[in-house]
Amino acid sequence: MTLPIFYILAMLSVFCALMVVVARKPVHSVLYLIACFFTIAGHYLMLNAQFLFAVHIIVYAGAIMVLFLFVIMLLNLNLESEPRKSVIARVAAVSTAGLLFLVLLAAVKSAEPVILDTSASGVGLVRHVGLKLYNEYMMPFEVSALLFLTAMVGAVKLGRKEATHS
Amino acid sequence: MQSLLVNHYIILATILFTIGVLGVLIRRNAIIVFMCIELMLNAVNLLLVTFSAMHNEAGGQVFVFFIMAVAAAEVAVGLAILVMIYRNVRSVDINRLNRIRW
Repeated sequence: MTLPIFYILAMLSVFCALMVVVARKPVHSVLYLIACFFTIAGHYLMLNAQFLFAVHIIVYAGAIMVLFLFVIMLLNLNLESEPRKSVIARVAAVSTAGLLFLVLLAAVKSAEPVILDTSASGVGLVRHVGLKLYNEYMMPFEVSALLFLTAMVGAVKLGRKEATHS
Repeated sequence: MQSLLVNHYIILATILFTIGVLGVLIRRNAIIVFMCIELMLNAVNLLLVTFSAMHNEAGGQVFVFFIMAVAAAEVAVGLAILVMIYRNVRSVDINRLNRIRW
């Protein structure tokens, strides 16, 4: 029963991801990326990871993509004269990515199929992830607070206009 | 009736990762390159969640949580850098950002 849902979601996410690369206007790319993130959130829900489903929507769709949209509107990039690479560079890029895909696929091909049964496991619930996070991964959690502080100070410092040139 | 396999998710994550690599290689707008990096991070996240569900182990999901935290911090700093570059160069075309090449 879950297989058709998986296929629909997978096709949607691949389509949206492709449109991020193909779309001409940056704003369209951002909107397709948001759609792609929503389909990935759907995959999390199918994998019974409710906590990550909520966090993914809040952090990616709610924070990161809004930041992207703000910057694109701020920079006024929605021009028709979007720079494009030369044909040779594009062909080289497509063939490189295709070769990378083939190599990764060849590594996966020999793996024996494992049936994924997520209906019974409650491993993605807030309770289990939280217990793991606050017991085993307490130290990285604290350090990530430091990382956020550093990022905030860095972003403010970089984003300021240099009024005084001292 | 086939059932859902772990291999399906591995292939999906591979496709998404490859599209991200393609976007980084093919586009010249720095913001879109940045978005494709986010796409690659998400492909890896999806793979981590899949393996976490396969092994019935919450550790993988905790790591996805940390990756999201680092991605948020990275986006904040990276977009600040992009805005600063735009202020100086009046463009976010990565082919024009070659001053530190030599």
